[in-house]
Amino acid sequence: MSTPAPRARVSTARLVVAGLVVCALLAGVVSAWASGHPDGLEHVAETLGFLDSATEHGTAGSPFADYGTSGVESPRLSGGLAGLVGVVVVAVIAFGLMHLLRRRGSDD
Amino acid sequence: MHVPDGFLDAPTSLATAAVAAGAVGLALNRARRELDDRTAPLAGLVAVFVFAAQMLNFPVGAGTSGHLLGGALAAVLVGPWTATLCLTVVLAVQSLLFADGGITALGTNVVLMAVVGVWTGWLVFVGLRRLVRPTGVGVVPALAGVAAVVSVPVAALTFTALYAVGGHAPIPLAELTAAMLGWHTLIGLGEGAITCLAVGSIIATRPDLVHGARDLAARHELEIRTGAPA
Repeated sequence: MSTPAPRARVSTARLVVAGLVVCALLAGVVSAWASGHPDGLEHVAETLGFLDSATEHGTAGSPFADYGTSGVESPRLSGGLAGLVGVVVVAVIAFGLMHLLRRRGSDD
Repeated sequence: MHVPDGFLDAPTSLATAAVAAGAVGLALNRARRELDDRTAPLAGLVAVFVFAAQMLNFPVGAGTSGHLLGGALAAVLVGPWTATLCLTVVLAVQSLLFADGGITALGTNVVLMAVVGVWTGWLVFVGLRRLVRPTGVGVVPALAGVAAVVSVPVAALTFTALYAVGGHAPIPLAELTAAMLGWHTLIGLGEGAITCLAVGSIIATRPDLVHGARDLAARHELEIRTGAPA
């Protein structure tokens, strides 16, 4: 941009860091208060009687299966840790992918 | 709306996997036009936010819950091709690491959420923008919210159609359609509220980064400059 913006604006880096902190809090802490009820599809499958056609999940043995951390007793800690692991894994893949795909040269 | 393994038969799952692979391949190509040094970090953040928000099931009554799908949200913030990639990354991690959404159903889930959810949200948003003709960014979060509301029942109907073709257990189609549509219209209201809030918070800080509002943000800045004393 050739002329400065009328007022100081939040830098992209600052926005992204603040956003990531919010995401970590949502997945790591707030998730403990999420509803444990089946979701819409699961509920419909249960009511109409086709939930049983679901087969064992291929990664049911994953240490973080069903958003829990195997070996961690406290459900809050177990779910929170799994959420944080997910945030980190998605962040590494997504930021990496978008960085590789971006057009270069248009700086802020 | 994560479909587990076993709901749909092998031919249907293979077909959706092929459609998903084609869509993601196309998105890898087209997303380059949406991504630059400024917007790439926001795209990363959007993927992480969709993952985190999908953990937060909200109750929709009678022992049922829903969570954000995030298609409209991602499309408005970073563009539809990039949004398809964001949702695909989230769905792959959920399936492989958290056993949420089947592995043979990954193609189905990509079609439902990363293709139908994203593109319904985007097309409704674009249609509303043409209809409303906003002059500033203020109305963008509301339009994104409405687009999000629509995207959820449309994705639910897509599942119903897939089930009609390749469902393993025989279920009366009318009942399935009514149940899927009913619950997902309620879930869609939550989707709309979360999308409106999330898009609103980015619009409030950096409207110039928002794919669906960038042109309006630029116009807005010009207005301020012409109105300011020299």
